[in-house]
Amino acid sequence: MSLQEWITDFARYVPGFINAAWIVLLLTVVSIVISWICGLLAALGKASKLTPLRYISSFYVWFVRGTPTLIQIFIVYFGLPQVGIRLSPFVAGVIALGVNSGAYVAEIIRSGLSAIPKGQMESSLALGMSRFDAMTRIILPQVFRIIIPSLTNEAITSLKNTSLLSTITVVELTLYAQMIIASTFRPFDFYIASAIVYLVMTSVLSQISAHLERGYSKLY
Amino acid sequence: MTALANLPNGATEIQPLLRIKNLRKSFGTVEVLKGVSLELRAGEVVSIIGASGSGKSTFLRCVNVLETPDSGTFDYGGHSFDFSDRKRQPTGRELRDLRASVGMVFQSYNLWPHKSVIDNIIEAPIRVKGVARREALATGEALLQRIGLFEKRHAYPSHLSGGQQQRVAIVRALAMSPKVMLFDEVTSALDPELVGEVLSLMAALAGEGMTMLVVTHEIGFAREVSTRTVFFDGGQIAEDGASRDVLANPKSDRLRQFLQRVLHDTSLRAAGEPQ
Repeated sequence: MSLQEWITDFARYVPGFINAAWIVLLLTVVSIVISWICGLLAALGKASKLTPLRYISSFYVWFVRGTPTLIQIFIVYFGLPQVGIRLSPFVAGVIALGVNSGAYVAEIIRSGLSAIPKGQMESSLALGMSRFDAMTRIILPQVFRIIIPSLTNEAITSLKNTSLLSTITVVELTLYAQMIIASTFRPFDFYIASAIVYLVMTSVLSQISAHLERGYSKLY
Repeated sequence: MTALANLPNGATEIQPLLRIKNLRKSFGTVEVLKGVSLELRAGEVVSIIGASGSGKSTFLRCVNVLETPDSGTFDYGGHSFDFSDRKRQPTGRELRDLRASVGMVFQSYNLWPHKSVIDNIIEAPIRVKGVARREALATGEALLQRIGLFEKRHAYPSHLSGGQQQRVAIVRALAMSPKVMLFDEVTSALDPELVGEVLSLMAALAGEGMTMLVVTHEIGFAREVSTRTVFFDGGQIAEDGASRDVLANPKSDRLRQFLQRVLHDTSLRAAGEPQ
Protein backbone atom coordinates (compact mmCIF):
# COMPACT_ATOMS: atom_id res chain seq x y z
CA MET A 1 0.00 0.00 0.00
CA SER A 2 1.44 3.32 -1.04
CA LEU A 3 1.53 6.25 1.37
CA GLN A 4 -1.04 8.00 -0.82
CA GLU A 5 -3.50 5.11 -0.46
CA TRP A 6 -2.80 4.86 3.24
CA ILE A 7 -3.65 8.53 3.76
CA THR A 8 -6.89 8.49 1.72
CA ASP A 9 -7.94 5.33 3.50
CA PHE A 10 -7.22 6.92 6.86
CA ALA A 11 -8.99 10.15 5.88
CA ARG A 12 -12.25 8.22 5.47
CA TYR A 13 -12.35 7.71 9.22
CA VAL A 14 -11.54 11.27 10.30
CA PRO A 15 -15.17 12.44 10.57
CA GLY A 16 -15.93 9.34 12.61
CA PHE A 17 -13.03 10.08 14.93
CA ILE A 18 -14.18 13.66 15.39
CA ASN A 19 -17.65 12.41 16.25
CA ALA A 20 -16.27 9.93 18.75
CA ALA A 21 -14.10 12.66 20.27
CA TRP A 22 -17.21 14.78 20.73
CA ILE A 23 -18.87 11.95 22.59
CA VAL A 24 -15.81 11.66 24.84
CA LEU A 25 -15.92 15.39 25.52
CA LEU A 26 -19.63 15.27 26.32
CA LEU A 27 -19.21 12.26 28.62
CA THR A 28 -16.33 14.01 30.38
CA VAL A 29 -18.08 17.33 30.88
CA VAL A 30 -21.28 15.78 32.22
CA SER A 31 -19.44 13.39 34.51
CA ILE A 32 -17.24 16.23 35.83
CA VAL A 33 -20.34 18.23 36.71
CA ILE A 34 -21.80 15.21 38.50
CA SER A 35 -18.50 14.56 40.26
CA TRP A 36 -18.23 18.13 41.57
CA ILE A 37 -21.75 17.98 42.96
CA CYS A 38 -21.18 14.56 44.57
CA GLY A 39 -17.73 15.59 45.76
CA LEU A 40 -18.88 18.84 47.34
CA LEU A 41 -21.82 17.16 49.07
CA ALA A 42 -19.63 14.35 50.38
CA ALA A 43 -16.88 16.73 51.54
CA LEU A 44 -19.38 18.90 53.40
CA GLY A 45 -21.10 15.76 54.68
CA LYS A 46 -17.85 14.50 56.12
CA ALA A 47 -17.31 17.84 57.85
CA SER A 48 -20.91 17.95 59.09
CA LYS A 49 -21.99 17.89 62.71
CA LEU A 50 -24.75 15.40 61.84
CA THR A 51 -23.51 11.88 62.43
CA PRO A 52 -25.68 10.14 59.77
CA LEU A 53 -24.39 12.53 57.09
CA ARG A 54 -20.83 11.84 58.16
CA TYR A 55 -21.40 8.07 57.96
CA ILE A 56 -23.09 8.20 54.56
CA SER A 57 -20.35 10.39 53.12
CA SER A 58 -17.58 8.24 54.54
CA PHE A 59 -19.23 5.07 53.24
CA TYR A 60 -19.57 6.56 49.76
CA VAL A 61 -15.92 7.57 49.56
CA TRP A 62 -14.76 4.28 51.07
CA PHE A 63 -16.86 2.15 48.71
CA VAL A 64 -15.97 4.00 45.53
CA ARG A 65 -12.26 4.25 46.21
CA GLY A 66 -12.05 0.63 47.27
CA THR A 67 -13.72 -0.99 44.22
CA PRO A 68 -12.73 -1.06 40.54
CA THR A 69 -14.28 1.58 38.32
CA LEU A 70 -15.26 -1.08 35.81
CA ILE A 71 -17.27 -2.96 38.42
CA GLN A 72 -19.05 0.27 39.37
CA ILE A 73 -19.94 0.84 35.70
CA PHE A 74 -21.29 -2.73 35.44
CA ILE A 75 -23.33 -2.27 38.61
CA VAL A 76 -25.03 0.80 37.17
CA TYR A 77 -25.57 -0.52 33.65
CA PHE A 78 -26.12 -4.25 34.14
CA GLY A 79 -27.04 -4.34 37.83
CA LEU A 80 -29.65 -1.62 38.21
CA PRO A 81 -32.08 -3.07 35.59
CA GLN A 82 -32.49 -6.04 37.91
CA VAL A 83 -34.07 -3.72 40.48
CA GLY A 84 -36.15 -2.00 37.82
CA ILE A 85 -33.89 0.95 36.89
CA ARG A 86 -33.12 0.81 33.19
CA LEU A 87 -30.70 3.43 31.85
CA SER A 88 -29.33 4.06 28.39
CA PRO A 89 -25.62 3.24 28.00
CA PHE A 90 -24.77 6.94 27.84
CA VAL A 91 -26.73 7.89 30.96
CA ALA A 92 -25.54 4.88 32.93
CA GLY A 93 -22.01 5.71 31.82
CA VAL A 94 -21.94 9.35 32.94
CA ILE A 95 -23.63 8.50 36.23
CA ALA A 96 -21.12 5.76 36.98
CA LEU A 97 -18.14 7.91 36.03
CA GLY A 98 -19.48 11.00 37.80
CA VAL A 99 -20.25 9.18 41.02
CA ASN A 100 -16.89 7.43 40.84
CA SER A 101 -14.91 10.61 40.34
CA GLY A 102 -17.01 12.38 43.01
CA ALA A 103 -15.40 10.29 45.74
CA TYR A 104 -11.97 11.48 44.68
CA VAL A 105 -13.18 15.06 44.31
CA ALA A 106 -14.57 14.81 47.86
CA GLU A 107 -11.11 13.99 49.19
CA ILE A 108 -9.59 16.83 47.15
CA ILE A 109 -12.09 19.34 48.53
CA ARG A 110 -11.61 18.01 52.05
CA SER A 111 -7.87 18.57 51.83
CA GLY A 112 -8.51 22.04 50.40
CA LEU A 113 -10.90 22.88 53.25
CA SER A 114 -8.34 21.82 55.84
CA ALA A 115 -5.80 24.17 54.27
CA ILE A 116 -7.95 27.24 54.98
CA PRO A 117 -7.14 28.80 58.37
CA LYS A 118 -9.91 28.54 60.96
CA GLY A 119 -9.84 32.32 61.28
CA GLN A 120 -11.45 32.71 57.86
CA MET A 121 -14.67 31.05 59.00
CA GLU A 122 -14.50 32.80 62.39
CA SER A 123 -14.12 36.28 60.96
CA SER A 124 -17.09 35.61 58.65
CA LEU A 125 -19.28 34.36 61.49
CA ALA A 126 -18.12 37.22 63.71
CA LEU A 127 -19.56 39.66 61.17
CA GLY A 128 -22.94 37.97 61.40
CA MET A 129 -22.72 35.88 58.24
CA SER A 130 -24.53 32.56 58.09
CA ARG A 131 -22.44 29.39 57.77
CA PHE A 132 -23.81 28.95 54.27
CA ASP A 133 -22.77 32.45 53.17
CA ALA A 134 -19.39 32.05 54.82
CA MET A 135 -18.89 28.78 52.94
CA THR A 136 -20.01 29.93 49.52
CA ARG A 137 -18.61 33.47 49.63
CA ILE A 138 -15.45 33.15 51.69
CA ILE A 139 -14.24 29.59 52.14
CA LEU A 140 -15.02 27.70 48.92
CA PRO A 141 -13.61 30.34 46.54
CA GLN A 142 -10.32 30.07 48.41
CA VAL A 143 -10.51 26.27 48.39
CA PHE A 144 -11.17 26.25 44.66
CA ARG A 145 -8.01 28.19 43.95
CA ILE A 146 -5.88 25.76 45.93
CA ILE A 147 -7.34 22.63 44.40
CA ILE A 148 -7.33 23.59 40.70
CA PRO A 149 -4.27 21.39 39.97
CA SER A 150 -5.77 18.37 41.75
CA LEU A 151 -9.15 18.90 40.11
CA THR A 152 -7.42 18.99 36.74
CA ASN A 153 -5.73 15.68 37.42
CA GLU A 154 -9.06 14.23 38.38
CA ALA A 155 -10.73 15.63 35.25
CA ILE A 156 -8.01 14.05 33.11
CA THR A 157 -8.58 10.74 34.85
CA SER A 158 -12.30 11.05 34.16
CA LEU A 159 -11.63 11.75 30.52
CA LYS A 160 -9.45 8.67 30.19
CA ASN A 161 -11.94 6.56 32.12
CA THR A 162 -14.57 7.23 29.46
CA SER A 163 -12.79 4.54 27.44
CA LEU A 164 -14.11 2.01 29.98
CA LEU A 165 -17.60 2.82 28.72
CA SER A 166 -16.77 0.96 25.50
CA THR A 167 -17.63 -2.14 27.52
CA ILE A 168 -21.25 -1.03 27.90
CA THR A 169 -21.68 -0.15 24.21
CA VAL A 170 -21.23 3.63 24.42
CA VAL A 171 -19.75 4.42 21.02
CA GLU A 172 -16.94 6.67 22.19
CA LEU A 173 -13.40 6.79 20.91
CA THR A 174 -12.24 3.39 22.10
CA LEU A 175 -15.24 1.44 20.88
CA TYR A 176 -15.17 3.35 17.58
CA ALA A 177 -11.51 2.40 17.10
CA GLN A 178 -12.33 -1.23 17.87
CA MET A 179 -15.12 -1.18 15.31
CA ILE A 180 -12.85 0.16 12.58
CA ILE A 181 -10.13 -2.29 13.51
CA ALA A 182 -12.60 -5.15 13.24
CA SER A 183 -13.16 -4.29 9.58
CA THR A 184 -9.67 -3.07 8.60
CA PHE A 185 -7.45 -5.36 10.70
CA ARG A 186 -5.09 -2.44 11.37
CA PRO A 187 -4.99 -2.28 15.19
CA PHE A 188 -1.65 -0.51 15.38
CA ASP A 189 -2.72 2.43 13.19
CA PHE A 190 -6.06 3.01 14.78
CA TYR A 191 -5.16 2.47 18.42
CA ILE A 192 -2.28 4.92 17.94
CA ALA A 193 -4.66 7.34 16.22
CA SER A 194 -7.14 7.18 19.09
CA ALA A 195 -4.32 7.57 21.62
CA ILE A 196 -3.30 10.77 19.84
CA VAL A 197 -6.86 12.10 20.01
CA TYR A 198 -6.98 11.38 23.77
CA LEU A 199 -3.62 13.08 24.16
CA VAL A 200 -4.82 16.22 22.40
CA MET A 201 -7.88 16.44 24.64
CA THR A 202 -6.00 15.88 27.91
CA SER A 203 -3.40 18.45 26.84
CA VAL A 204 -6.10 21.03 26.20
CA LEU A 205 -7.50 20.35 29.70
CA SER A 206 -4.07 20.91 31.25
CA GLN A 207 -3.69 24.15 29.35
CA ILE A 208 -7.05 25.46 30.54
CA SER A 209 -6.12 24.63 34.12
CA ALA A 210 -2.68 26.26 33.86
CA HIS A 211 -4.35 29.34 32.45
CA LEU A 212 -6.83 29.48 35.36
CA GLU A 213 -4.03 29.06 37.87
CA ARG A 214 -2.03 31.89 36.32
CA GLY A 215 -5.08 34.15 36.34
CA TYR A 216 -5.63 33.51 40.04
CA SER A 217 -2.02 33.94 41.07
CA LYS A 218 -1.97 37.37 39.44
CA LEU A 219 -4.88 38.37 41.67
CA TYR A 220 -3.52 37.68 45.12
CA MET B 1 -18.54 59.17 60.27
CA THR B 2 -21.69 57.11 60.30
CA ALA B 3 -20.32 54.16 62.23
CA LEU B 4 -19.37 56.31 65.15
CA ALA B 5 -22.11 58.90 65.25
CA ASN B 6 -24.74 59.17 67.96
CA LEU B 7 -22.91 57.29 70.63
CA PRO B 8 -24.25 58.02 74.08
CA ASN B 9 -21.72 59.66 76.33
CA GLY B 10 -23.40 60.61 79.54
CA ALA B 11 -25.67 57.60 79.51
CA THR B 12 -23.51 55.41 81.74
CA GLU B 13 -25.93 55.29 84.66
CA ILE B 14 -28.71 53.50 82.82
CA GLN B 15 -28.94 49.78 82.01
CA PRO B 16 -25.63 48.21 81.02
CA LEU B 17 -25.25 47.46 77.33
CA LEU B 18 -24.12 43.95 78.09
CA ARG B 19 -24.49 41.95 81.28
CA ILE B 20 -22.75 38.59 81.58
CA LYS B 21 -23.25 36.45 84.62
CA ASN B 22 -21.44 33.37 85.84
CA LEU B 23 -19.98 32.30 82.53
CA ARG B 24 -18.42 28.86 82.52
CA LYS B 25 -16.56 27.07 79.77
CA SER B 26 -14.55 23.86 79.68
CA PHE B 27 -12.50 22.32 76.94
CA GLY B 28 -12.54 18.60 77.66
CA THR B 29 -11.66 18.27 81.33
CA VAL B 30 -9.99 21.68 81.58
CA GLU B 31 -12.23 24.38 82.99
CA VAL B 32 -11.07 27.57 81.29
CA LEU B 33 -13.73 29.93 82.63
CA LYS B 34 -14.87 29.37 86.18
CA GLY B 35 -17.83 31.67 86.55
CA VAL B 36 -17.04 35.05 85.06
CA SER B 37 -19.41 37.99 85.48
CA LEU B 38 -18.98 41.31 83.75
CA GLU B 39 -21.13 44.31 83.00
CA LEU B 40 -20.31 46.64 80.17
CA ARG B 41 -21.84 50.10 79.91
CA ALA B 42 -22.14 52.11 76.74
CA GLY B 43 -18.98 54.12 76.09
CA GLU B 44 -16.82 52.08 78.43
CA VAL B 45 -13.40 50.93 77.28
CA VAL B 46 -12.43 47.87 79.28
CA SER B 47 -8.99 46.31 79.04
CA ILE B 48 -8.68 42.66 79.92
CA ILE B 49 -5.21 41.63 81.04
CA GLY B 50 -3.79 38.41 82.41
CA ALA B 51 -1.26 35.67 81.75
CA SER B 52 -1.75 33.41 78.77
CA GLY B 53 -4.08 30.58 79.69
CA SER B 54 -5.95 32.76 82.17
CA GLY B 55 -9.09 32.52 80.01
CA LYS B 56 -9.24 36.11 78.76
CA SER B 57 -9.33 35.25 75.06
CA THR B 58 -11.85 32.47 75.62
CA PHE B 59 -14.00 34.93 77.51
CA LEU B 60 -13.88 37.40 74.65
CA ARG B 61 -14.76 34.66 72.16
CA CYS B 62 -17.71 33.70 74.35
CA VAL B 63 -19.04 37.25 74.19
CA ASN B 64 -19.95 36.86 70.51
CA VAL B 65 -20.44 33.12 70.96
CA LEU B 66 -17.61 31.97 68.71
CA GLU B 67 -17.23 29.65 71.67
CA THR B 68 -20.50 28.47 73.16
CA PRO B 69 -20.41 28.83 76.94
CA ASP B 70 -21.37 25.74 78.96
CA SER B 71 -23.44 27.86 81.28
CA GLY B 72 -24.06 31.44 82.24
CA THR B 73 -26.48 34.19 81.32
CA PHE B 74 -26.26 37.00 78.88
CA ASP B 75 -28.33 40.15 78.70
CA TYR B 76 -27.80 42.04 75.51
CA GLY B 77 -29.88 44.15 73.15
CA GLY B 78 -33.20 43.30 74.81
CA HIS B 79 -32.47 39.58 74.77
CA SER B 80 -31.83 37.37 77.72
CA PHE B 81 -29.95 34.16 77.05
CA ASP B 82 -29.17 31.31 79.39
CA PHE B 83 -26.63 28.85 78.06
CA SER B 84 -27.41 26.14 80.58
CA ASP B 85 -31.04 26.10 79.43
CA ARG B 86 -31.55 24.65 75.96
CA LYS B 87 -34.70 26.65 75.42
CA ARG B 88 -33.07 29.96 76.27
CA GLN B 89 -30.00 29.62 74.10
CA PRO B 90 -29.81 32.02 71.18
CA THR B 91 -31.34 30.73 67.95
CA GLY B 92 -29.36 30.91 64.73
CA ARG B 93 -31.09 34.14 63.82
CA GLU B 94 -30.48 35.73 67.23
CA LEU B 95 -26.86 34.64 67.09
CA ARG B 96 -26.31 36.31 63.73
CA ASP B 97 -28.04 39.48 64.94
CA LEU B 98 -25.86 39.56 68.03
CA ARG B 99 -22.69 39.07 66.03
CA ALA B 100 -23.72 41.67 63.47
CA SER B 101 -23.83 44.30 66.21
CA VAL B 102 -20.70 43.13 68.05
CA GLY B 103 -17.55 43.81 66.03
CA MET B 104 -14.56 41.56 66.55
CA VAL B 105 -10.92 42.05 65.59
CA PHE B 106 -8.53 39.10 65.76
CA GLN B 107 -4.85 38.71 66.52
CA SER B 108 -4.18 37.37 63.01
CA TYR B 109 -6.35 39.98 61.19
CA ASN B 110 -8.28 37.26 59.31
CA LEU B 111 -8.92 39.43 56.29
CA TRP B 112 -10.18 37.43 53.31
CA PRO B 113 -7.20 37.07 50.97
CA HIS B 114 -9.28 36.58 47.81
CA LYS B 115 -11.11 39.87 48.18
CA SER B 116 -9.78 43.38 47.76
CA VAL B 117 -9.68 45.74 50.73
CA ILE B 118 -12.95 47.44 49.80
CA ASP B 119 -14.67 44.11 49.08
CA ASN B 120 -13.59 42.86 52.50
CA ILE B 121 -15.29 45.88 54.01
CA ILE B 122 -18.57 45.89 52.08
CA GLU B 123 -19.23 42.13 52.10
CA ALA B 124 -20.95 41.88 55.47
CA PRO B 125 -22.94 45.14 55.30
CA ILE B 126 -24.39 44.00 51.96
CA ARG B 127 -24.87 40.30 52.80
CA VAL B 128 -25.87 40.55 56.43
CA LYS B 129 -27.55 43.94 56.82
CA GLY B 130 -28.90 44.24 53.30
CA VAL B 131 -27.29 47.65 52.78
CA ALA B 132 -27.34 48.81 49.15
CA ARG B 133 -24.02 48.33 47.39
CA ARG B 134 -23.63 52.02 46.60
CA GLU B 135 -24.21 52.98 50.20
CA ALA B 136 -21.87 50.28 51.52
CA LEU B 137 -19.18 51.52 49.14
CA ALA B 138 -19.61 55.10 50.31
CA THR B 139 -19.34 54.08 53.97
CA GLY B 140 -16.37 51.83 53.28
CA GLU B 141 -14.51 54.45 51.31
CA ALA B 142 -15.13 57.07 53.98
CA LEU B 143 -13.73 54.71 56.61
CA LEU B 144 -10.67 54.02 54.45
CA GLN B 145 -10.14 57.76 53.94
CA ARG B 146 -10.14 58.16 57.64
CA ILE B 147 -7.37 55.62 58.25
CA GLY B 148 -5.41 56.88 55.26
CA LEU B 149 -5.79 53.72 53.19
CA PHE B 150 -8.20 54.96 50.54
CA GLU B 151 -5.50 54.54 47.88
CA LYS B 152 -5.26 50.85 48.80
CA ARG B 153 -8.96 50.11 48.38
CA HIS B 154 -8.45 47.85 45.37
CA ALA B 155 -5.33 46.14 46.74
CA TYR B 156 -5.44 42.61 48.08
CA PRO B 157 -4.62 42.09 51.76
CA SER B 158 -1.36 40.28 50.96
CA HIS B 159 -0.02 43.52 49.50
CA LEU B 160 -0.51 45.38 52.78
CA SER B 161 1.73 45.52 55.84
CA GLY B 162 0.54 43.83 59.02
CA GLY B 163 -0.40 47.15 60.56
CA GLN B 164 -2.39 48.16 57.49
CA GLN B 165 -4.16 44.79 57.41
CA GLN B 166 -5.10 45.09 61.05
CA ARG B 167 -6.45 48.61 60.54
CA VAL B 168 -8.50 47.35 57.59
CA ALA B 169 -9.80 44.55 59.81
CA ILE B 170 -10.89 47.15 62.38
CA VAL B 171 -12.61 49.18 59.69
CA ARG B 172 -14.29 46.05 58.32
CA ALA B 173 -15.87 45.54 61.73
CA LEU B 174 -16.77 49.24 62.03
CA ALA B 175 -18.58 49.14 58.69
CA MET B 176 -21.30 47.12 60.43
CA SER B 177 -21.91 50.04 62.83
CA PRO B 178 -21.40 47.81 65.88
CA LYS B 179 -22.53 48.72 69.37
CA VAL B 180 -19.52 47.01 70.92
CA MET B 181 -16.07 46.24 69.59
CA LEU B 182 -14.06 43.26 70.80
CA PHE B 183 -10.29 43.27 70.32
CA ASP B 184 -8.43 39.99 70.82
CA GLU B 185 -4.72 40.73 71.28
CA VAL B 186 -4.78 42.65 68.03
CA THR B 187 -1.20 43.89 68.22
CA SER B 188 0.46 40.65 69.31
CA ALA B 189 1.23 39.46 65.78
CA LEU B 190 2.59 42.80 64.62
CA ASP B 191 6.17 43.91 64.22
CA PRO B 192 6.96 46.35 67.05
CA GLU B 193 7.17 49.36 64.74
CA LEU B 194 3.63 48.69 63.45
CA VAL B 195 1.97 48.43 66.85
CA GLY B 196 1.62 52.18 67.25
CA GLU B 197 -0.59 52.82 64.22
CA VAL B 198 -3.09 50.20 65.36
CA LEU B 199 -3.14 51.37 68.97
CA SER B 200 -3.66 54.98 67.96
CA LEU B 201 -6.64 54.00 65.79
CA MET B 202 -8.09 52.17 68.79
CA ALA B 203 -7.42 55.16 71.01
CA ALA B 204 -9.21 57.39 68.50
CA LEU B 205 -12.23 55.08 68.54
CA ALA B 206 -12.25 55.10 72.32
CA GLY B 207 -12.13 58.88 72.23
CA GLU B 208 -15.24 58.93 70.07
CA GLY B 209 -17.17 56.96 72.63
CA MET B 210 -17.06 53.47 71.12
CA THR B 211 -17.75 50.75 73.65
CA MET B 212 -14.75 48.44 73.65
CA LEU B 213 -13.61 45.21 75.27
CA VAL B 214 -9.89 44.85 74.70
CA VAL B 215 -7.82 41.77 75.52
CA THR B 216 -4.30 43.11 75.50
CA HIS B 217 -0.73 42.81 76.65
CA GLU B 218 -0.16 46.52 76.11
CA ILE B 219 -0.24 47.83 79.66
CA GLY B 220 0.35 51.33 78.33
CA PHE B 221 -2.88 51.13 76.34
CA ALA B 222 -4.76 49.79 79.35
CA ARG B 223 -3.52 52.65 81.51
CA GLU B 224 -3.81 55.52 79.05
CA VAL B 225 -6.88 54.62 77.00
CA SER B 226 -9.15 52.24 78.84
CA THR B 227 -11.49 53.47 81.52
CA ARG B 228 -11.50 50.16 83.33
CA THR B 229 -9.12 47.25 83.61
CA VAL B 230 -10.01 43.68 84.44
CA PHE B 231 -7.37 41.18 85.53
CA PHE B 232 -8.03 37.54 84.68
CA ASP B 233 -6.37 34.88 86.76
CA GLY B 234 -7.07 31.15 86.55
CA GLY B 235 -10.34 31.52 84.68
CA GLN B 236 -11.77 34.12 87.01
CA ILE B 237 -11.79 37.88 87.34
CA ALA B 238 -9.30 38.61 90.08
CA GLU B 239 -9.39 42.41 89.95
CA ASP B 240 -11.75 44.86 88.31
CA GLY B 241 -11.67 48.61 88.61
CA ALA B 242 -10.64 51.97 87.18
CA SER B 243 -7.52 51.39 85.08
CA ARG B 244 -5.32 53.77 87.06
CA ASP B 245 -6.26 52.15 90.39
CA VAL B 246 -5.89 48.58 89.21
CA LEU B 247 -2.57 49.16 87.47
CA ALA B 248 -1.03 51.56 89.98
CA ASN B 249 -2.19 49.82 93.15
CA PRO B 250 -2.64 46.12 92.46
CA LYS B 251 -4.37 44.47 95.39
CA SER B 252 -3.18 40.92 94.75
CA ASP B 253 0.34 39.49 94.55
CA ARG B 254 -0.64 37.74 91.34
CA LEU B 255 -1.35 41.01 89.55
CA ARG B 256 1.77 42.64 91.01
CA GLN B 257 3.91 39.77 89.70
CA PHE B 258 2.15 39.82 86.36
CA LEU B 259 2.69 43.56 85.91
CA GLN B 260 6.33 43.27 86.86
CA ARG B 261 6.85 40.53 84.30
CA VAL B 262 5.04 42.38 81.52
CA LEU B 263 6.67 45.73 82.20
CA HIS B 264 10.07 44.07 82.32
CA ASP B 265 9.48 42.51 78.88
CA THR B 266 8.32 45.83 77.50
CA SER B 267 11.36 47.71 78.74
CA LEU B 268 13.61 45.03 77.29
CA ARG B 269 11.90 45.45 73.97
CA ALA B 270 12.18 49.21 74.16
CA ALA B 271 15.89 48.84 74.85
CA GLY B 272 16.19 46.76 71.70
CA GLU B 273 17.37 43.62 73.43
CA PRO B 274 16.33 40.21 72.13
CA GLN B 275 13.31 38.80 73.93
